[in-house]
Amino acid sequence: MNAIVLLLAAAGAYGTALMLGTLGEILTEKSGNMNLGVEGMMYMGGIFGLIAPNLYEHAVGEGNASPAVAILLAVVASFAIGALAGALFSFLTVTLRANQNVTGLAMTTFGTGVAKFAGELRRLQVGGYVTLSNDLKFAFDNHFMPAFLKKIPVVGPILFDQSEFFYLSILLAVLMHLFLTRTKTGLYLRAVGESPSTADTAGIDITRYKYLATIIGGGISAMGGMAYTMTTAGCVWIEASLSGTGWLAVALVIFCTWRPLNAIWSSILFGALMIMYLRIIVPFFPTELYKILPYFVTIVVLVITSMRNLKDKQPPASLGLNYFREER
Amino acid sequence: MNDGMRTPLIRLAKRDEMNPRMVWAIRIGSILFAFLLGTIPILMAGENPFVSYGIIINGALGKPGYIRQTVKRAIPLLGCALAIAPCFKMRFWNIGAEGQITMGAILASFVAITWGKLLPSPLLLPLMAVFGIVGGAVWALVPGFFKAKYNTNETLFTLMMNYIAIGIARWLQGGPWEGRPGTQLIPMFPEAARLPSVCGVYCGWIIVLVMVVLVHIYMNYTKHGYEVAVIGDSINTARYAGMNVGWVMMRTMLFSGAISGMVGFMLVSGANGTLNSDVAGGVGFTAITVAWLGQLNSFAMIAIAAMLAIIGKGSATLQTRLSVPASVADIVSGTLLFCMLGCEFFINYKLIFRSKKEVRA
Repeated sequence: MNAIVLLLAAAGAYGTALMLGTLGEILTEKSGNMNLGVEGMMYMGGIFGLIAPNLYEHAVGEGNASPAVAILLAVVASFAIGALAGALFSFLTVTLRANQNVTGLAMTTFGTGVAKFAGELRRLQVGGYVTLSNDLKFAFDNHFMPAFLKKIPVVGPILFDQSEFFYLSILLAVLMHLFLTRTKTGLYLRAVGESPSTADTAGIDITRYKYLATIIGGGISAMGGMAYTMTTAGCVWIEASLSGTGWLAVALVIFCTWRPLNAIWSSILFGALMIMYLRIIVPFFPTELYKILPYFVTIVVLVITSMRNLKDKQPPASLGLNYFREER
Repeated sequence: MNDGMRTPLIRLAKRDEMNPRMVWAIRIGSILFAFLLGTIPILMAGENPFVSYGIIINGALGKPGYIRQTVKRAIPLLGCALAIAPCFKMRFWNIGAEGQITMGAILASFVAITWGKLLPSPLLLPLMAVFGIVGGAVWALVPGFFKAKYNTNETLFTLMMNYIAIGIARWLQGGPWEGRPGTQLIPMFPEAARLPSVCGVYCGWIIVLVMVVLVHIYMNYTKHGYEVAVIGDSINTARYAGMNVGWVMMRTMLFSGAISGMVGFMLVSGANGTLNSDVAGGVGFTAITVAWLGQLNSFAMIAIAAMLAIIGKGSATLQTRLSVPASVADIVSGTLLFCMLGCEFFINYKLIFRSKKEVRA
């Protein structure tokens, strides 16, 4: 029991990255854009979210850096790079009507390339690991909730012993849920994803909705990469360690059935699967095979959801298809 | 005049068939444009783009030894692009070539490790190839089956299969097949399990060129290839014409996986001489660029595979000479794909600017 509580508490950190990645992709897919480039965008968010506070700390000198500014810079930098990637994706698929799948795959290649390039370049510039001073590291992974809350059995460590990004993501999930279900703009966005021709007839600006959803969604996904580097990875850039997270996020969107609130628990669950091999030791079972578990579970989930094929758990009807007004 | 009724500044219209020469001019132009964009990361690294591109080309083609290494890189790229082209033609997004290669490599290595010292080369190599083909084919068939039967998302399924195959290879490398304990390495295969060299490079380059012709014939002159093309254009048309879409999907995945498995066999037996978990090393993804840039045309893919192999090998040299990280190859590869995707728009549509005459009318 105790082991499971500890596992879930640790899963919150890794789950935060997944949650942000998933939430961003949910918003993107709600507009009918299927951006398979989440992996690349999270990579870019991961490195630029680290480089921004790193540059800042170098500029003002170690010890003079304000943690709040550093965190803000990390958030803004990662969001901006993801938003740029989203804009590029929208330009290619919405304006130039390129194939969404291949554009997304190109984004993955491009994004991981840019991230590795930037990480390596910065490493050469500083002459060692790209990282932050201990003060700032602490600020990024600050479990700021009061001690008495953390001490509540079971619930305490899981819900209250987490970094600020964890709460930010949950807040974002709730806001996105309210936006999609309770506001007119959210309704319009869903209309664009479900049936662009109907929405177009109703006078909704399809292009604008697709662009904005993909740009904001891309920014949120990229913040997931930043959250990973700055908390789980301890503010150090290790390029291989993010590998696969973005793809899991794309898979989680299906698992969540495109509902932001589901992203909260499902990303913690998958976060737990990702780190389970470190926490719950199974004797005589090889670690390398144990590490496969989350990917295997993802496949099982994909198969089961497609087999059940429930009517109310379907993707936005126009997902992955480009809209041509002239070709109706 | 009512402003709301004016013709928009730019209108789009579908083009009729464009002159094929013009089409290729646009495509080659977009490739050149991508290389122009590729100068941005080089400039950011503080180096001269002309010098850098010079080093890339020199590092890939400057000496016979370099050329051999470049060819060695191009073989799996081309093979793998041949594998995914039929799937992409069918609009079946198989991004699991990485895993299919790894699985083929694992099974081929199984043969080499188990019977490598017992069988002579003429028996051993074909047996390894068959095991490799079966490994890749089975690894591809599983997602193909679920796509055909339940419409399971094939993109994610094939991708997750990559991680599983690579995980299995890691386990074998550090566990059952490990050579000296603690090395985390599988010993080199015996000489009988190695593909012979022709002109200084293992004979995989001949095999892969033969495969180019075979895939070209399969895709363009057989009923199977025709069915793939119809499904890619419209699944409903295919169904209406009485094609068994699910079966064609599974068959094509089997075919695709078999080629990837063959590539896996060539990598362990020819290029590396042993198995390691990084045997596919990103080839499955770069091959997507190769296939798409080559317009899924087998012969065009030869040139594209060569081009990307040159960039890959050259940027590795670049990293050692100047302070430009080798990952610039990935950036260029992604940019090439972006430009190629974007340029199709100008081939399929024409922009009509508002002219004075129209405004008056």
